[in-house]
Amino acid sequence: MGFPFKPHPRESTVLSKHFGEAEARTLDGWKVRGGYRALEQALGMDPVAIQNIVKESGLRGRGGAGFPTGLKWSFMKLGDGKPHYLCCNADESEPGTFKDREIMRWTPHALIEGCAIAAHAIGAETAYIYIRGEFTEPLEVMERAVAEARNAGVIGPNAMGSGKRVDVWVHKGAGAYICGEETALMNSLEGKRGNPRIKPPFPAAAGLFGMPTTINNVETLAAVPHILVNGGAWYKNMARADNPKSTGTKLWSVCGNVSRPGNYEVQMGFPFREFLYDLCGGPPRGRTFKAVIPGGSSVPIITIAEAEAAFMDYEGMVAVGTMLGSAGCIVMDDAQSIPRQVARLARFYAHESCAQCTQCREGTAWTTKILERIVAGDGTAEDLDTLLDLADNMTGKTICVLSDSCAAPVVSGLQKFPDEFKALITRKTVHTVPAIVA
Amino acid sequence: MSHGPSAAGGAAISTTPHGHQSEPYVPVFTGETKARLDALMERYPTRMATLLPALWMVQEARGWVSPEAMAEVAGLLGLTAAYVKGVVTFYTMYHQHPVGTHFIQVCTTTPCHVCGAEDVVKAFLQHTGCGELGVTSADGKYTVIEVECLGACGFATPVMVNSDFIESVTPEKVPDVLKRYG
Repeated sequence: MGFPFKPHPRESTVLSKHFGEAEARTLDGWKVRGGYRALEQALGMDPVAIQNIVKESGLRGRGGAGFPTGLKWSFMKLGDGKPHYLCCNADESEPGTFKDREIMRWTPHALIEGCAIAAHAIGAETAYIYIRGEFTEPLEVMERAVAEARNAGVIGPNAMGSGKRVDVWVHKGAGAYICGEETALMNSLEGKRGNPRIKPPFPAAAGLFGMPTTINNVETLAAVPHILVNGGAWYKNMARADNPKSTGTKLWSVCGNVSRPGNYEVQMGFPFREFLYDLCGGPPRGRTFKAVIPGGSSVPIITIAEAEAAFMDYEGMVAVGTMLGSAGCIVMDDAQSIPRQVARLARFYAHESCAQCTQCREGTAWTTKILERIVAGDGTAEDLDTLLDLADNMTGKTICVLSDSCAAPVVSGLQKFPDEFKALITRKTVHTVPAIVA
Repeated sequence: MSHGPSAAGGAAISTTPHGHQSEPYVPVFTGETKARLDALMERYPTRMATLLPALWMVQEARGWVSPEAMAEVAGLLGLTAAYVKGVVTFYTMYHQHPVGTHFIQVCTTTPCHVCGAEDVVKAFLQHTGCGELGVTSADGKYTVIEVECLGACGFATPVMVNSDFIESVTPEKVPDVLKRYG
């Protein structure tokens, strides 16, 4: 598991191998660990050849959508005479997710190297790393690493003596969950309110400053140098035997009611049951697991029985009715009230709605009010129907998916744990915590 | 903002949040700070892209972003003061009013909520003497707010005091945390 603890023997540490090593944060320390070999190699390669290696690896976006990275890069029309941009999405704000923070804190040069390689592969000379404003330490570490790499000529007007310009800059956000949405991030970087844009046009056609842009998550970009050095086939082989669609390693952030919370890096397709009990140490003493939100707060809640039967990859999560998302795994034990936690999640989305779309602005606010009323013991039977009706109007009808993300835990919570909601309404009781089993 | 200073800044008379006349506004972007902003502009194809960094520089210098500072930034970047205010009000981290010397943000989103973050909030409100969220303590030292997901969910409850990021805070640890910010 992640710093400050040693990795579990069953982890496959690629990205997290140097977490906790202060020296790995420095340019020299990173080079000693094999750093910037991939960039040197990439700068001498044709951009399409780099795209093809990444395509072969099967790497998919680690921010939540899981879109194939090499394919995304190939949408950038090389030689069109326009400036191209790379954005690195380091606005990690999805509740439950804290993996990108560790990558930036411990291996800043892995991210800079990944950015520089990706920039070259899409014909861009400039990459911006947009880091959320609350990440004060990652911001400091990244700024220092970027300055060090720039002063050493690793990046800049003549990156590694290749004659190619690769600028990498850190841009600090100012507090807004929605800026993790790709087009909202671009608006924010341009100095605007972080309102998501209507698509199309997609970023590859008109993105940052109206120019062709690729946006990738921190973890996605940090994996790229390893793929270049070890080859696409090496990465592709880290997968479930019967599911070649999800490849490589994945960082899972585990939090909530669990014995050993933290970041774990496992190969795609790892059995969820063994993960939860062997690696994460099971529930807190005397408790049992009740529910899991496996991919950050925006994905449907599943019961512990469903989680125990799942495999940890994109398809494995879909098979049990949820999504891998950002792999921010929120675990809840039998002491938790699902309606209460769903209400808290709804409040989060109501707070973070950018308020452009009516369905989201009104829907998140009303969902929160109704859920908080139910939790307070003042709910009515009609409230449950109203919640589902609201959720229906909030799904697939807005510019971005924030509204859908609010609806997902509400609908799945009502489906998976209907008795808890009904008990609050019929018995007007507040949630009682079961006794600890000795 | 209708009676605020011109976008060009200068010796305009500033007002406090209560509307009383006070000291003349002193521009933020002079000397080294102005040079830092100019250097930042080299990184972007538009001046507008330096708006968020410029507002951060204002807050570093003054502790909050006043209407007069918004007008100053607007003048420098070729924007209107109304536009800048629209951006400032969108983001949660820019203070639109002065806050306590130590600004305390306690994460209470679901992962921290299931680990008891509500009790951490209560402990801060009690030990700082703030009593209520968003209210600055009588001695001007502390302001406590709840914040949505700080992105350190495995280390519940994370708390930010000014720019310090403190992990795994429990109600019992609150007095010790506060000792560092006397």
